[in-house]
Amino acid sequence: MHTLDFFTKKRLSFGLFVVVLLGLTYVTIIFTEYNVAKGFTSIPKAIRWATTNFYPDAASLKKLPSILLKLRDTVMMSVASATIASACAFFVAIFGAQTTRINVWFSVFARGIATIFRNIDVSAWALILLFSFGQSSFTGYFALFFVTFGFMVRVLIETIDEVSTDSVEALRATGASYFAIIAQSVVPSCLPQLVSWVLFMIETNIRSATLVGILTGTGIGYSFDIYYKSLNYHAASLVIIVIVISVLAIEAVSNWIRRAVL
Amino acid sequence: MPLLHIAKLSKRYGTDKYALDSIDFTVATGEFVAIIGPSGAGKSTLLRCINHMIPMTSGDVLIADASTKSMNATQLRAHRTQIGMIFQHYNLVNRLSVIENVLHGRLGYKSTAAGVMGWYSNAEKQQAVEILQNLGLSDHMYKRCDQLSGGQKQRVGIARALIQNPKLLLCDEPIASLDPSAAKIIMDTLKDINQRLGITIIVNLHQVDVAMRYAQRIIGINSGKIVCDAAPHSLTPDIIHEVYGSEAGELILDFGEQHAHA
Ligand SMILES: Nc1ncnc2c1ncn2[C@@H]1O[C@H](COP(=O)(O)OP(=O)(O)O)[C@@H](O)[C@H]1O
Ligand SMILES: [Mg+2]
Repeated sequence: MHTLDFFTKKRLSFGLFVVVLLGLTYVTIIFTEYNVAKGFTSIPKAIRWATTNFYPDAASLKKLPSILLKLRDTVMMSVASATIASACAFFVAIFGAQTTRINVWFSVFARGIATIFRNIDVSAWALILLFSFGQSSFTGYFALFFVTFGFMVRVLIETIDEVSTDSVEALRATGASYFAIIAQSVVPSCLPQLVSWVLFMIETNIRSATLVGILTGTGIGYSFDIYYKSLNYHAASLVIIVIVISVLAIEAVSNWIRRAVL
Repeated sequence: MPLLHIAKLSKRYGTDKYALDSIDFTVATGEFVAIIGPSGAGKSTLLRCINHMIPMTSGDVLIADASTKSMNATQLRAHRTQIGMIFQHYNLVNRLSVIENVLHGRLGYKSTAAGVMGWYSNAEKQQAVEILQNLGLSDHMYKRCDQLSGGQKQRVGIARALIQNPKLLLCDEPIASLDPSAAKIIMDTLKDINQRLGITIIVNLHQVDVAMRYAQRIIGINSGKIVCDAAPHSLTPDIIHEVYGSEAGELILDFGEQHAHA
């Protein structure tokens, strides 16, 4: 009889969830005066506009060198923020992970910090930091740094607890010192995952950096912003193509590195 | 002089019932002791109190008549270097080579700096090679541990414990994850270590027949209490039933419930 209750309850709560979701969707459509039918019918129109205006022409190719220079800034910023934030995150994660923590309160503190940094979106960080650093590359750098840091602390805590708990116990039992255990057991066990996540963050940061660049007036996002606002759609489309190519290239390179490390 | 004296040792996790309840026994140098009991009896807890991997609640563990109750960090490390530990799941750093894992057994003797850097003397490396030869692993020395079979991994675990030059080996269900032939090799190896090197061995076992075949002395534990401490030949079915009593009782209960549902 308990089992029956359990399944009835589960089905009821799922039904309730669907009803609430549908209700919410309906209410928001009413409030925003969003016309569902018109939303769909405008898609072909958008495609027609893009194919007639949004492609690079000969004149826009002259801008390619300056676009590539901006791309380099963006890529550098993404790589620097991803790697340095990950290194910091690794230290904090060691204090946060159950396997390697020194005491419980430190662990709670590390996890709390990570949650705060992670849950504030990168664009929100950029807006907050605009007040301190203004429109400079510092703003973008720190926005990416904070989000990467929060994310990496969380995944590294999970990684450490998942892959090194057993060997840490063994090394503790041999009488090894705390830092020797970290260096000889935690680091080698976590290395493939660490590398993989850093590469993932570099990819993510290049995408975010483009958007953040629009806000902070730096990098390739800024190039796009100027060309777009000055109605130079050909050059703007060239920027998009350059971004897509570089994102795909970096993903290919990082997949290759991943295979080499694992 | 006894090597190990467990004096009124009790352990309580939080506010649960006592996992170990006033355990009292003495082990002489060179003994081969098996600890048997149902799962949850407290076997693992007992072993981990001996090398202070978990703090005891009350009582004492004496090595060569010296109390280990209040030790500072240095004394604790020195205490652990004298005791090798072998685990059910081998607890190796799987991504490192066999010989690196064996050398981890020397970390207890090293300063933090030497341990972090992994500086091992030539004598230590030579000893690792010799131990691996004795255990029949010379062909696998430079292989990564994740390429080994379970039985081979456990022999690496034994090698890591032996290079500590321990007085005592604690083995927590060393054959529970192995097939019968690999299990036999491991038990024979432990017996050999005990007889040839005179190292005292305490091994937790789930299988009564293995304990009877290899040990000189069997200690039965149930619900954190010693219920028997005898030579293998004096073990009777009644005593074994007393050791595994609650587990047998549960089996009968399950059986009854199944009938009630049918
Ligand atoms: N880390 C822990 N926290 C709380 N309770 C534990 C912990 N480890 C073991 N116990 C409890 O202590 C008792 C003995 O466990 P254990 O020593 O692992 O038994 P065994 O090794 O004989 O199976 C069990 O009731 C178990 O649930
Ligand atoms: Mg156990």
